[in-house]
Amino acid sequence: MAGGLFSTERGRTVALVTPPFIYALLLLALPLGAIILFSFWQKDGYDVVPTFTLENYRAFLDGEVYQVLLGRSLKVSAIVTVITVILAYPIAYFISFRVPNNRKSLWLFLITIPFWTSYLVRVFLWKVILGYNGVINSGLLQIGLIDEPLTFILYSVNSVIITLAHAFAPFAILPIFVALEKIDRSLLEAAQDLGENRVTTFLRVTLPLSMPGLMAAILIVFIPTIGDYVTPELMGGSGGKLIANMIQTQFLQLNNAPLGAALAIIAMLCVTLISLLLIFLNRRWLRV
Amino acid sequence: MALRTYAILYLIFLYAPIVLLPIFAFNDGTIIAFPLQGFTTQWFEELWTTTALHDAVGNSIFIAVLTAIFSTLLGMLTARAGAMANFPGKGGIIGFIMLPLVLPEIIVAVSLLVMLRQVLDMDLSNWTVIAAHTLMSTPFSVAILNGAFQSLDPAMEEAAMDLGENRWSAFRLVILPLVMPGIISSMLIAFTISLDEFIIAFFLTGANPTMPVYIWGLLRFPAKLPVVMALGTILVTLSIVLLSMAEYFRRRGLRRAGVEDPGGFI
Amino acid sequence: MTADDRSALIELRAVHKWYGDYHALRGIDLKIRSGEFFSLLGPSGCGKTTLLRTIAGFEPISDGVMYLDGRNVAGVAPNHRPTNMVFQSYAIFPHLSVAENVGFGLRRDKRSKEEKARAVGEALEMVGLAGYGARPSHALSGGQRQRVALARALILKPKVLLLDEPLSALDKKMREQMQVELMKLQREVGITFILVTHDQEEALVMSDRIAVMFEGEIGQLGDPESLYRRPNSARVAEFIGMMNFLPGSVSGTTVEMPGLGRAEVAAEQLTSGSFTGPARIGIRPETLSLLFDGEPDRGRVAPGMVDEVVYYGDMTYYDVRLDGVPEPVRISMKNLIGRPVLDVGTPCRVTWDEQALVVLPAA
Repeated sequence: MAGGLFSTERGRTVALVTPPFIYALLLLALPLGAIILFSFWQKDGYDVVPTFTLENYRAFLDGEVYQVLLGRSLKVSAIVTVITVILAYPIAYFISFRVPNNRKSLWLFLITIPFWTSYLVRVFLWKVILGYNGVINSGLLQIGLIDEPLTFILYSVNSVIITLAHAFAPFAILPIFVALEKIDRSLLEAAQDLGENRVTTFLRVTLPLSMPGLMAAILIVFIPTIGDYVTPELMGGSGGKLIANMIQTQFLQLNNAPLGAALAIIAMLCVTLISLLLIFLNRRWLRV
Repeated sequence: MALRTYAILYLIFLYAPIVLLPIFAFNDGTIIAFPLQGFTTQWFEELWTTTALHDAVGNSIFIAVLTAIFSTLLGMLTARAGAMANFPGKGGIIGFIMLPLVLPEIIVAVSLLVMLRQVLDMDLSNWTVIAAHTLMSTPFSVAILNGAFQSLDPAMEEAAMDLGENRWSAFRLVILPLVMPGIISSMLIAFTISLDEFIIAFFLTGANPTMPVYIWGLLRFPAKLPVVMALGTILVTLSIVLLSMAEYFRRRGLRRAGVEDPGGFI
Repeated sequence: MTADDRSALIELRAVHKWYGDYHALRGIDLKIRSGEFFSLLGPSGCGKTTLLRTIAGFEPISDGVMYLDGRNVAGVAPNHRPTNMVFQSYAIFPHLSVAENVGFGLRRDKRSKEEKARAVGEALEMVGLAGYGARPSHALSGGQRQRVALARALILKPKVLLLDEPLSALDKKMREQMQVELMKLQREVGITFILVTHDQEEALVMSDRIAVMFEGEIGQLGDPESLYRRPNSARVAEFIGMMNFLPGSVSGTTVEMPGLGRAEVAAEQLTSGSFTGPARIGIRPETLSLLFDGEPDRGRVAPGMVDEVVYYGDMTYYDVRLDGVPEPVRISMKNLIGRPVLDVGTPCRVTWDEQALVVLPAA
């Protein structure tokens, strides 16, 4: 019988997936390769010379500022992840278990809307809320709870954390919700029938079964927050800058792309390793 | 009930910044702080007369429209392949196409910058932004279109072929109309993502800034902030309208395919 | 060529189908005659749907030859085969109206718009949906969907109509009604119907001939009565209805059964061929009978005791322990007027009909 790529469904599937795959190779794999290469090259004035060097990585090891920024970045991302996921779980649970089926879309829609509105403007508005003359301070002054405006909430790591936790809320809610939706409701009845109360049913059945969604939420918040330089730039003040700000500065202001590339790769490696470690530690829950 | 109260408080937290937007957009004072100064529409009028802004908006719309088209095309190919026969490595390939969803944006931005500028020595332009935005929004298109393609009964295509159509006409007459709501919804989402994306655009934008890059510039000038509020108000309104449309089409698509689905966009 | 060969509309010779390592069809030889109502019957996973889909052209065959209407159809796409299909899910296009669905296959037809509309109207009338044309298809009930699927396939006047478990989605009452309607329709249009089903009752009721399939092979092929009365293997016997198997032996046409004695059978009752030695003797529950007071015993009586009673209203099923027979036998009795329902433990007498025995070699 005639062979040909299109004569079998498998062949047609390969043919279909090829263009998007090639696009991703060209615009993702190739650039990632380029940046790895770049991090081993030398900067010479305003030029980059293709001479192999470990100088950029040595600069990271010698430069305390880079390590502090990376450490702070990882810490902020971790805190943001924990806060976001803890705040998100009850919402996902509420929508999945308490909201009637025909209203679930509406709730998810309400939660996704703020996420799609201009990110820059949203970050800026947190500045308005948390600022010296901001909503919180003027509110608290008005009702006489404080005598002068609180300053620790703006231009610090705290404000960065609050803003990021807000920005990534839907990313955390949706995967948990999807995992909760998949749970067969009769399993919960079975657990109660076998003598568990509501709390122990949650701990022994619901929570373990929602672990894949929980892990997805953790990763989908943790990984991108490392790469955000807008929030720390606008909200962090001098003490709240993160590694992404440094990468951006190296590329666009100091014109030291090789060092920026090395920092980017180090940051990505850290994130990847931590993610893999998390997946490994939770592997027994993820086989659902 | 406690959980419900918590949910409502959470919604307030989510909406707190957005509620402030129109308040300051119509506030007659250059300082974005309380107490409010009275009602004005002057910031909207200023928007109308700022030509640099109009250029930025024009650029962004151009970029967003092409991004929507390209990422929806790539998303259709991927989602269709995802719903069809398996072959070794298919999961890996689709996973790779979805990878931008979990990559830190700055990594994508700097690696594309290095490749375009240093390796290929290309000039940055709207097209470089389009290329990057297509990469970033394709996973979202795939996620939306997956729903459309997977809820499709494979017997539909077979029935069309059984009734005399070939593979292409079966696609055109049966599959395309059934997934059309998903396609529209994917285009709207990709358009919205591109229109709003800043981190990558800041690195890859050419001589003509996109709208978020232009807003970023304005944020440094306190006197311009009320104008940003006015612009933000318009953008939020626009986003809500676009998203409502996208959701409407997505749900209509599922209804057409005869599926009841409570899921969201992702 | 014999007359039988000439009227074969579909012929399969040594057809095999592999899915990777999985051998789905294992050498199918089959001839289906023109105008026949033919059923492929078997448990799930036996290859009956795969066989149907190879005839439709959705799955290429891995080996062997297939003729449709005298033409080798290797490599011929579904849209170029003289077959049309009613899908298990019906595959009614939800974005089209009922009339647009029924007229879907007429797109390349050269007839005028009015003629096509008339053809659609006639097809809808044929399936009892006259006047439904303008309705949106997603508002139809299960039975109506099935009728639309039938009309959509029959309007193209195929040589063969393929039906993939068309009644499985319907409730019991609707199913029984559609069985009768499908038989009537088939007689009316005279098209060859090939029905895939796992429901033995459905196959017996509707078919001219049935192929019973197991694990990619045809176990037995025949008309409903011969399949039921003369199954050639234990699995066919057990898949179609219920059958008791008693140990025994055979020599020529003489059967020896411990507990029941000796009987003479006809050669055709040795359904898998004649042999001598240990045998499994099959007997259907309705060909055994409890003897109530005053009923004739046909000269063959075995004493026993009621072991289990299952009451069905019109029928009662008894498991009876016969003296000298290791396992209880199942007997079905009509609850005629005057017949009592016996209790467990009641001694009883059983008679049987030797013409109903099926003699198979012991496993």
